[in-house]
Amino acid sequence: MSTRETVQRRDDARVRRCLVALVVLAAGSVMLAQGQVGTPAAPNLGKPVSEAEIAAWDISILPDGTGLPPGSGTPEQGAKIFVAKCALCHGPEAKGGVAAALIGGRPLTDGIDTPKTIANFWPYATTLFDFTRRAMPWQAPRTLTDDEVYALTAYILSLNKIIGPADAMNAQTLPKVRMPNRDGFIPRFPERIP
Amino acid sequence: MKDLEVVAANGLLHRRAFLSGGAALAAAFTGYRLSDTLAAQGLADEPWSRKQGMLVQEYGTPSPYEKHVVRTLSNPKGDTRTQHGRTPHHLLHGTITPNALHFVISHSGNPDIDPAQHRLVIHGLVRRPLVFTLDTLARYPMVSRMAFVECGGNSGLLFSSEPLQGSIQAIHGLVSCSEWTGVLLSTLLEETGIDPRAKWVIAEGADSLALSRSVPIAKALDDAMVALYQNGERIMPGNGYPMRLLLPGWEGNMNVKYLRRLKLVDQPGMSYYEARTYTAILPGGKAYQFYFLQEVKSFITHPSPGLRLSGPGFYEISGIAYSGNGRIAKVMVSADAGRTWAQAALQEPVLPKAFTRFRIPWRWEGGPVVLQSRAWDEGGNAQPTRAELVARRGQTPKPVTNPLAFPGTHFNGPSSWAVDSSGEVRHVYA
Repeated sequence: MSTRETVQRRDDARVRRCLVALVVLAAGSVMLAQGQVGTPAAPNLGKPVSEAEIAAWDISILPDGTGLPPGSGTPEQGAKIFVAKCALCHGPEAKGGVAAALIGGRPLTDGIDTPKTIANFWPYATTLFDFTRRAMPWQAPRTLTDDEVYALTAYILSLNKIIGPADAMNAQTLPKVRMPNRDGFIPRFPERIP
Repeated sequence: MKDLEVVAANGLLHRRAFLSGGAALAAAFTGYRLSDTLAAQGLADEPWSRKQGMLVQEYGTPSPYEKHVVRTLSNPKGDTRTQHGRTPHHLLHGTITPNALHFVISHSGNPDIDPAQHRLVIHGLVRRPLVFTLDTLARYPMVSRMAFVECGGNSGLLFSSEPLQGSIQAIHGLVSCSEWTGVLLSTLLEETGIDPRAKWVIAEGADSLALSRSVPIAKALDDAMVALYQNGERIMPGNGYPMRLLLPGWEGNMNVKYLRRLKLVDQPGMSYYEARTYTAILPGGKAYQFYFLQEVKSFITHPSPGLRLSGPGFYEISGIAYSGNGRIAKVMVSADAGRTWAQAALQEPVLPKAFTRFRIPWRWEGGPVVLQSRAWDEGGNAQPTRAELVARRGQTPKPVTNPLAFPGTHFNGPSSWAVDSSGEVRHVYA
């Protein structure tokens, strides 16, 4: 049985149990007052929450661009922000300091221990936006505006000549960027990939 | 005098030699009579035995004589980079790692989380997004299980083209094993419901990097756990207090600590750590991604680099074996660099995706030997020889000299320890 079928079957079973629960609720269960309609067998202590309430936490960006926020930024704008907020660790022009260089990279055929860089390794440009927004700057993560993250992403991609010096990055353009090593990967256990 | 059965070269004895022979036999081959050893000691009634002892502590600490049994730290001052604390396997025994010695990799320091304010959200492709507090999770049906957690980069130094000299703590210190207690993720997903389009779960922590990893939904519904307790007490801060995702047998970094958000999605997030860090460059320049499993592996902890033999005679060789695929089925030990082998005894219970302690009695004649172990799991997976692993995965073009380097990930080949005639133990390739 495939994973999909497994999930579907579990879901079907859950739907059946929900129907049973609704019957119980119609009979006047106290659960109705709490607004909980889960499986009768489960504790049902999870509190319903809306996606709007989760929005501040929901910073996941998917490779197809799902989750990218409104906003935009150019390499030129990014260069200025980089000097102010990034160069202290990543060095001038991203050539490296106490933190890794963000430019260049040797061919991966140099050896299994070749340092992995944005240019020689990262398969998706969305990862650059996602990680910068969630984790940088190191001392003050999640303080950059979305425009700033787009601009920094554009700057780094431009430094590595993956996009042009005037290309703006936004929710439409970023997922279309083709990273040089996009096809450089093999899943270790293909049967485990959904 | 009946001698013990030597089953492989350089003094490896049958794994049940002592179970069948008893203590008298053991004494026989050491060359002493039991009565002689007692008489020679002149046992004293020491001062500590003749006065009231120390106060009981509220939270116990080991004997002051065990001060050296500590993790080694890669970044003790907390510079702006990852901190590693490695488990001292050569100074521990059994199968459970004490909580304060469990390995820790902290990419940006352990967050100081107020458990009353912590929340776990499950959302995305679910029927009903839900939020849980620690108190509500504590009321759910719980399960306990033993499970090892291993960093994908553990043992990576063995990709070096020449054996780097370091203790077993430096080489294999990024794996530990605990009893974890918590709520099965499938229980919580039953409550949120799953949209049939959901294929992956993105797990995210409440640390400053909001570390995130993508997990196939099949693993989430199989044996994934939202773990709240580690060896009976709340999870240590370094291991994810107040809750972590536990994915038994899978790459440590995916067992997201400080778990605060699970989002069901239709594609993997390709987060920094899955798209970049925990991948493996192969000879030829392609790279493995989504390695997931910590494959079958074993290493001898006693003796090992960092320990020294105190003269010829009897020793018990002992070590750790584990597999992300299930139970350990067999461990073989060699004392002649892999030419002849003897089967080790496995300490019961042998549990899936957990440490299994193996042991074999050994009479060291005092000459140079090379010790090595290899394990097989119940799925028939064999720990590869070094030659097999290097043929598939490669090795570094130049020898690695920095013991804190990670020249590769997911090394599960054998470890070879050379004992010289002085009793010193060194790391070699064999």
